[in-house]
Amino acid sequence: MAREEDNRGGIRDMASPRRYGIERVAYWMMRLSGLGLLAYFVGHIYETSSILRGRAGWDELLAMTQTTEGHALLAVVIGMCVFHTANGIRLMLVQGGIWSGRPGRADYPYTPRSQNARNKIAIYSSIVLAAVAMVYGLTVMFGE
Amino acid sequence: MAAVAPPTDGARRSVTLRIRRSNPAAGQGPSYSEFTVGAEPWTTVLDAILEAKRGHDHSVGVRYSCRQATCGSCGMMVNGRPRLACFTKLSELGDGAVTVEPMQNFPVVRDLVVGFDRLFRSHHSIRPYIVSGEADIAPGTRETPQSPEEVERYIQFAGCIKCGLCNSACPTMATDTQFIGPQSLAQAYRYVADTRDRGKDERLRIIDDSHGIWRCHYAGSCSKVCPKGVDPAMGIQLLKGHMLGFR
Ligand code: SF4
Repeated sequence: MAREEDNRGGIRDMASPRRYGIERVAYWMMRLSGLGLLAYFVGHIYETSSILRGRAGWDELLAMTQTTEGHALLAVVIGMCVFHTANGIRLMLVQGGIWSGRPGRADYPYTPRSQNARNKIAIYSSIVLAAVAMVYGLTVMFGE
Repeated sequence: MAAVAPPTDGARRSVTLRIRRSNPAAGQGPSYSEFTVGAEPWTTVLDAILEAKRGHDHSVGVRYSCRQATCGSCGMMVNGRPRLACFTKLSELGDGAVTVEPMQNFPVVRDLVVGFDRLFRSHHSIRPYIVSGEADIAPGTRETPQSPEEVERYIQFAGCIKCGLCNSACPTMATDTQFIGPQSLAQAYRYVADTRDRGKDERLRIIDDSHGIWRCHYAGSCSKVCPKGVDPAMGIQLLKGHMLGFR
């Protein structure tokens, strides 16, 4: 067979949120927030393990979270957590075949029924909820 | 009889067509050729490529056949998005240059021509036909009747023309070399949903693989680009519903 050029999109195309609408943006945000939360959990285990170094070690690490950067980071974690949870519930309903739309005859111009208003509203609501939670978190943290 | 001139409203314009060229077999890496082609409001991307071939460079490699979105041969990236060249008018693409490239996630054979071996292999793997114990229709028996509701469960998925646009837009296909792909998964659902079929268990076993259905994370891009309204993302999620016992 003739030699062929591998033309896969790769990670860059997989991670690109452009071109395919809000559903692809939600897919990308879900992956990103999942990875972010995983990194946070690893960091969190490291943080809590500092108790093994006694009170001084614990206080030292805790002080890092009380800085402006620490607050900003925690606000991002709150946002990721809320988006991942809310969008995750949507995805469970869709992937269980409950919110995925009803098959029927395809009529031009072929608007995909799986990308229905319910799904779009759920995606936008997840983003708004995450933003509200972040703002609330920042208000609490900086109001301390 | 006098020849009838095609109707024109004076909207003919010139469009710059950029075609990605490569010939891996000859060791020629990718480059872009630019052509200026005439465009009427109804000129399709395929028309433009064929005009470039006819009037400028006959060596441009392109695969096509029916010119009416039925054969599924002319899928390609048009301005960065998978589309059928025969089903996309230049007038839909705005005023700028139009860039055509081979479909992503398919190996390039030459220029705009890509290899379909993997898609056909995956499609074949899910047994894309009615599996039934009654292979022969005995004298005196009738075809298996189906109600309109039963037909509606799968008819939209039966419209697949195997153009591969869905596989090209899929983010999992972009990274996983062994993923079965949205085209084949949607076809698995097409047969699972057919009341005449008895192959459901076997099909579900085939797609319940480490590079099977669970690699789909519902980005929905396959359905966005499908030119026939198949909505593969819906089929895949309904299939997951079957496997999880919700349906
Ligand atoms: S599901 Fe749609 S996009 Fe995918 S191969 Fe079939 S017709 Fe083409």
